Amino acid sequence: MGTRDCGHLSAMAAPAKGEAGETGRWRTMRPVVDHTKCTAAAADSLVCLRCWCYCPEAAIEKAVPIEIDLTYCKGCGICAEGCPSKAITMVPEVECEDGE
Amino acid sequence: MASRMAAAADTEVQIITGNQAMALAAKRCRVQVVAAYPITPQSQVTETLSEYVAAGELDAEYVNVESEHSALSVCIGASSVGARAFTATSANGLAYMCEPLHWAAGARLPIVLGCVNRAMAAPWSVLNDQQDSMSQRDAGWIQIFARNNQEIFDTAVQAFKIAQTVSVPVMVCYDGYLLSHTVMPVDVPSQEAVDTFLPPYTPHTILDPADPRNLNQVTLADPRENEKGVLCHGYMELRYLLEEALEQARDTIIAVDEEYAAAFGRSCGGMLWTYRSEDAEVLLVAAGSLASEASVAVDALRADGCKAGVIGVRAYRPFPKQELIEATAPAARVLVFDKSLSYGNEGPICGDVKAALYGSGSHPAVHGYIAGLGGRDVRAAELAEAVRRDAAKGAVAPTEWINCRI
Amino acid sequence: MTNLIDLPGEEYMLPGNRACAGCGLALAYRYILKALDGRAIMCVPASCLTVLGGMYPVSSVRMPWLNVTFPSTAATASGVVAGLKALGRKDVTVVAMAGDGGTVDIGIQALSGAAERNTDLLYICYDNEAYMNTGVQRSSATPKGVKTTTTPVGGKREHKKDMAGIMEAHHLAYIATASPAFPDDLYDKVRKARDMRGTRYIHVYAPCPPGWLFHTKDTVNVGRISVETGAVVLYEIEDGAFRLTGLSKEIADFDELKPLTTYLECQGRFRDLDAATIEELETRVARRWDRYVARDEEADA
Repeated sequence: MGTRDCGHLSAMAAPAKGEAGETGRWRTMRPVVDHTKCTAAAADSLVCLRCWCYCPEAAIEKAVPIEIDLTYCKGCGICAEGCPSKAITMVPEVECEDGE
Repeated sequence: MASRMAAAADTEVQIITGNQAMALAAKRCRVQVVAAYPITPQSQVTETLSEYVAAGELDAEYVNVESEHSALSVCIGASSVGARAFTATSANGLAYMCEPLHWAAGARLPIVLGCVNRAMAAPWSVLNDQQDSMSQRDAGWIQIFARNNQEIFDTAVQAFKIAQTVSVPVMVCYDGYLLSHTVMPVDVPSQEAVDTFLPPYTPHTILDPADPRNLNQVTLADPRENEKGVLCHGYMELRYLLEEALEQARDTIIAVDEEYAAAFGRSCGGMLWTYRSEDAEVLLVAAGSLASEASVAVDALRADGCKAGVIGVRAYRPFPKQELIEATAPAARVLVFDKSLSYGNEGPICGDVKAALYGSGSHPAVHGYIAGLGGRDVRAAELAEAVRRDAAKGAVAPTEWINCRI
Repeated sequence: MTNLIDLPGEEYMLPGNRACAGCGLALAYRYILKALDGRAIMCVPASCLTVLGGMYPVSSVRMPWLNVTFPSTAATASGVVAGLKALGRKDVTVVAMAGDGGTVDIGIQALSGAAERNTDLLYICYDNEAYMNTGVQRSSATPKGVKTTTTPVGGKREHKKDMAGIMEAHHLAYIATASPAFPDDLYDKVRKARDMRGTRYIHVYAPCPPGWLFHTKDTVNVGRISVETGAVVLYEIEDGAFRLTGLSKEIADFDELKPLTTYLECQGRFRDLDAATIEELETRVARRWDRYVARDEEADA
């Protein structure tokens, strides 16, 4: 099958997650959340969420408990750096059990 | 003949310049967005359009841009959301549009551009030749030349329909001053008749928050699957489609001209037009008003017993290859008069004629002539004299410059 | 003012995009799109944002997006505005968004033209202070002393162009500066601009880890320090009325700027500055701050 079947006359794309692939593979350091220290988890409500707020990847949903989408998280470390209760630690990928 | 009679009742003859004919055609086509920047000899086109808008005769957005680059960019934006867009320019203005010219073709937007042909600087010249549009021939646009003011009007109306049909922008080229500022009678069809001829424009692009798309993105060398697993084009496939559309445009240009003839009783000739060419032993080839001048020369040559004829190149891109092969079949000699030059080679039309005839079985001697650069007058007598001189030339001859007193 | 926690959860910029880790532009863009509620058409020239937007046939953004030539952002957007008007579509905000090179250098002519016509569009410049997408070449928005790949020895010799000031000279309905380190301030400014008519201009300073030479975890820190030291000043000008906003307003009312060296030392691009250039930058920042504070007090009075 050729590309003609896509029906496009010019480049016209539709949105999807993971345009650049599984960008989690770019990561060398992984954010690991200790929910016992997380303010939002302790309050069980939408408070703090600095990690969601400052994530430049939109890899954290606005929800409690917070969950980081490791498929796409590039491991920048902004969430760990900005966490007021130090609930997120950046751990080298090689030290993670399923790390590559 | 019946259609001519019917059309005649529905038209009005106006005595107008080429620029006014172009503006009036854009008005009849109900352009929705006009953007242009002043440049001689084009300015009268946009002045006339702004008068139409100001007077409430044309319901369009008129954008007074700060450059020709922006003029065509405005048309690109407007056309992308589905508005019929028009601009006009000349010479250095067209050169300044070079980048968006390529963009408009690659984005497959049916913009119509009036190119009032003028010499390229340096040195400055506001007068006519065809170097400006010839220098943009590889931008992916359809280029059509008009030979008189009637054809400017007719070609412009046809251009909107051709552009919409094949999703390729069209440049309507006509000679600065010789046509742009010369008054001629033009048979102008009524608004209702043009409305019937030209359907509304439906864009192939989608720019809608309800269905968000990303247009003209970075495109890879190889095809790539979309989010649904459908294999989509690489850059090369998109460019193949553009070339395919230019090739298909041959049939469209002819068909639209025939539809126009049926509706208004006038044909512009399709891909090219001929004059006294059926039995011609020598043919003069040119584009625009120079081809009209060649017709006058041919009458003089015929009176002297020389079997001469004219081929007027109407569509320059796509180039009328097959039509040229057929039209030149009886001739022993073909003289191509170019009002521009591919420097370091020869006149662009001359080179294209030779390429079209190569391997076709038609082997006339093809000789190139450069004429009328920067407004230098070209008289019919000079063309006729060139034909007489040409008889002494062999199969291959260097390009000759007409009336160059170096 | 919207609280951080009250910012909407809906995402229009999708994860797994092509932006670098820790990208300041990506963070700003998330909030710009949230503020637009998905009801806009973006015009974007060649830039880091083009890279973020992805490669055909997949887009990283749930927003109509028209790629345009490098110099034509504001002109093509003007065409979109004109086209929508001609078609009677009134439900969409037209947003032109370009980097500093695409705005202060190659795009300034088209932008000035669109602003002079008071075209009904929101223009956002994200300023990462050099041509980052092409490999960190200097732009006229690069500050003096910064090392780039085209100012390799001694850094850039000229000062940064004040683009927001140039836009102010066009007497627009709305002009603002913003930083992704303060998403609430940025979000409020985009929302305010969204709901106004005529040309609106927002200048967003976007820290860039690979271009400015700092660790990816520090994007928000660098952005915050830039405001704490006065290297970046957060303000808005609404119908000619100037006022400081966010942290800049707090500093002006209750505090004082931190030493500029705090900002210069938290990134590698200023590492070769000599004492004279540091002093020149400090003087410049201090004088500018005094002018802004005076304008803010004038408005309060």
